Amino acid sequence: MLEQLTYASEAALNGLMAGVMYSLVALGFVLIYKSSGVFNYAQGVMALFAALTLVGIQNGQVPFAHLINAVTGGHLESFGWQVPAVLAILLTIGVMVGMAIAIEKLVLKHLVNQAPIILFMATIGLAYFLEGFGDVMWGADIKTLDVGLPQGINETVESLTGAWFGYGFFIDNLDIVAAVVSVALVAALTVFSQYSKQGRALRAVADDHQAALSVGISLRFIWILVWSIAGFVALVAGIMWGSKSGVQFSLSLIALKALPVLMLGGFTSIPGAIVGGLIIGMGEKLFEFFIGPMIGGATENWFAYVLALIFLVFRPQGLFGERIIERV
Amino acid sequence: MKDMGEGYTTPDGRRIGPVLMELRNITLRFGGVVAIKDISFDIREGEIRAIIGPNGAGKSSMLNVISGFYVPTEGEVWFRGEKRGPMRPYQVARLGIARTFQNIALFDGMSVLDNIMTGRLTLMQSGLFSQALWWGKAAAEEDEHREKVEKIIDFLEIQNIRKTPVGRLPYGLKKRVELARALAAEPKILLLDEPMAGMNVEEKEDMCRFILDVNDEFGTTTVLIEHDMGVVMDLSDRVVVMDYGRKIGDGPPEEVRNNQDVIDAYLGVAHA
Repeated sequence: MLEQLTYASEAALNGLMAGVMYSLVALGFVLIYKSSGVFNYAQGVMALFAALTLVGIQNGQVPFAHLINAVTGGHLESFGWQVPAVLAILLTIGVMVGMAIAIEKLVLKHLVNQAPIILFMATIGLAYFLEGFGDVMWGADIKTLDVGLPQGINETVESLTGAWFGYGFFIDNLDIVAAVVSVALVAALTVFSQYSKQGRALRAVADDHQAALSVGISLRFIWILVWSIAGFVALVAGIMWGSKSGVQFSLSLIALKALPVLMLGGFTSIPGAIVGGLIIGMGEKLFEFFIGPMIGGATENWFAYVLALIFLVFRPQGLFGERIIERV
Repeated sequence: MKDMGEGYTTPDGRRIGPVLMELRNITLRFGGVVAIKDISFDIREGEIRAIIGPNGAGKSSMLNVISGFYVPTEGEVWFRGEKRGPMRPYQVARLGIARTFQNIALFDGMSVLDNIMTGRLTLMQSGLFSQALWWGKAAAEEDEHREKVEKIIDFLEIQNIRKTPVGRLPYGLKKRVELARALAAEPKILLLDEPMAGMNVEEKEDMCRFILDVNDEFGTTTVLIEHDMGVVMDLSDRVVVMDYGRKIGDGPPEEVRNNQDVIDAYLGVAHA
């Protein structure tokens, strides 16, 4: 019995760590949704694109090498240098900001005052475009991302739990890093949105465009700012997931896992994205542990979605979402 | 109308300054519809200037031209002696022209205090990076703005709803919060689009008192739209009367009141 409990706590702890990774992706969605009322379908692809760009810059890959080779018949591959991780990350942030500006100029600017569904459709288009663009720019092969984050079993945790319970827990170092980074990111974003001038402007734009204009807020600046931040969060998520499971197309599918997290936590709440991620991460590991064996396992694939469905029925605004009040 | 040059003093002792804004031959067309037809008038520093007229006369359109939400098809807007180029509404706001809306445009999800604080965004100095790097300085600036906002909150007697989300407030109070937000910008010109619409008698009297007090206390130049003649006559120094997009009267209330065109527009006229 005690042994069972120990295994369960290990599963729960691992679930929490996985949940943090879900939260990271969900955070990107919440940011854009909060500030522009748009559900950004492209968030997952943005994480993929950011990770691809980071790997590409690190390895000194020539962007559009295949395209250039196909046109000129050359054999370009690589500049032949390696860029240090920190510099590569900074450059990638620059690329993501550039992308935010391009999105504002080419897409959003032309869709001012359109219904949210139109903007949503635009982000679907954006997702497919970015996916293809990433392939053309950096190639479609699977890449390994290594920015020097620690990986593998954390020995401190193992020996400590070993001494306490007589059984060493397996916790991945990378997961611990991800957890720390997420907490820092969330703290920073919360302070930014609640207490800074731009944060207030950002919330204002989310609430009412016309009123925002009337107090002197430039919508374009705010949009660029928001998409830049979302790009940055995508990069962080891309680094964590990319380090864990390689940079490849399936990275963009992590966005799907963020959906139940959002339904649980509420689309408008940054803390909600975190708590939602933790609940789902831990819930699916524990469910697999206790119930899984009874029904033949593989519950992790669907547990999150079922949980989200149940939430939709009883609390459609999510745990932390703003109450939907309709005045009659 | 006689030229008053550098300004004059009203019978009740308020100082009215020189011309602050001048609208020259403004015409506004939407496709084939002419909303405003060749209208010119000016706004003096420190005065309460009313624009009145029946429904659909083009009053709100006029206000939207002043605040940059509409760009006039023809004509020029002169502000502080300079011709204003084509501008986006947020740029006009940064010039110091604050406004309220006929159908109230507040940030429903934010508290009353936060709503009013947004009014001061244009006055805040520290940028994105300096805020991140010198947090203490930004915090001090925030406190300073907060103090100004508290003054306005006291002035408009909304202390007890300071922390309430605006979405939960009744209509009359929302109007007052919107006024507070506009005032927080310390505007050179305050534009009020039907500040008394939809209010009961008591709320109207309150709002009148606030508009007069604001003008008295801060010397705020105020342009307001109203279609209730009675209110306007008591409140304003000069009145522009519009009908079907044209200007049919302009002057002090008592002069406008006796203008035959204005009487016809309001009471209707029997066409022979």
